[in-house]
Amino acid sequence: MSDPKIEGYEFKPGFSGMAADTASDQTMFKGVHWGKAMMWIFLLSDTFIFSCFLISYMKGRGSTPVEWPNPSEVFGLHVFGVDVPLLLIAIMTFVLITSSGTMALAVKYGYEKNRKMCGWLILATAIGGLTFVGMQAFEWSKLIHEGVRPWENPFGAPQFGSFFFMITGFHGTHVSIGVIFLFIYAYKTFAGHYDEQKRGWFTSIRGDYVEIEILGLYWHFVDLVWVFIFAFFYLW
Amino acid sequence: MDETNKKEQTTTHKIGIYLWIWGLLFVLSFFSYMVDWYQFQGLLRWSLILIFMFLKAGLIMAFFMHLFWERYALVNVLLWPMTAIACFIFLMVAEFKYTLFTRLFYFFVGG
Repeated sequence: MSDPKIEGYEFKPGFSGMAADTASDQTMFKGVHWGKAMMWIFLLSDTFIFSCFLISYMKGRGSTPVEWPNPSEVFGLHVFGVDVPLLLIAIMTFVLITSSGTMALAVKYGYEKNRKMCGWLILATAIGGLTFVGMQAFEWSKLIHEGVRPWENPFGAPQFGSFFFMITGFHGTHVSIGVIFLFIYAYKTFAGHYDEQKRGWFTSIRGDYVEIEILGLYWHFVDLVWVFIFAFFYLW
Repeated sequence: MDETNKKEQTTTHKIGIYLWIWGLLFVLSFFSYMVDWYQFQGLLRWSLILIFMFLKAGLIMAFFMHLFWERYALVNVLLWPMTAIACFIFLMVAEFKYTLFTRLFYFFVGG
């Protein structure tokens, strides 16, 4: 999204450009808003947290001689007299991808200064996220009713529960925090804080639609983590 | 660079590219679900899961998170640390194999 032009600085493409940017004065990430760079650094650290969770899950699952519960059956739903494997998880995946798409469009319309469209799309993203958290709560209560606990479960290896609650719980927390911020930013967009360049609550810096892109980065990251959880925890 | 210049220079991308990526993500998610639906097993299952996962992750990062359009200075700072995660995965694979081996060994042979 950065298409920068800085006076007196020649932008080179590719790796020579990277060397020149890194070795240049003052700023390494040319034309990148500082908030965006900081969000990326935060997401990088968050990547390491989720990687540690998934790697510990891999180690726990790989090192137990007891059979691992079959996720296809554990997360299956009984609908209209038919057992559908992983149905709820599939719907949750589609809801999250839908909300990711609306967020990407919100960023686009934000940069085009289309206030209403941007606001509605952020609101749609927030509602998608809320739906996701709701379905996750349903999934948790269903499994808890079936006797899944962090230390035991009726399906197989007892480690299953602790990894499940830890990983999906941490991801769900990220989604919930994202939903709260999406509602706040939807309000701020509708209220015109970015058009009027109004200052934020905790900052003296003027509002700009780049903040929507920063929020979008966080939201896409939540979707990205779900891609990995879906693959490793539910499908594997 | 002063603030007024920066705003005029921000370019946006055509809506088509977002809709294409959105559609592709739906299709890829549907394919990963089909992997479970048809109960593929063994190497086929794992390779399909990984291929669809990396394709989805790549599309989200490249286009939704705009990394495709960012300068290499930012992209490389973000992507190179992933090699540390890959190293960690290899270490822990060796570790869980050893743990499993010792567990099974002492279950059957005894201390």
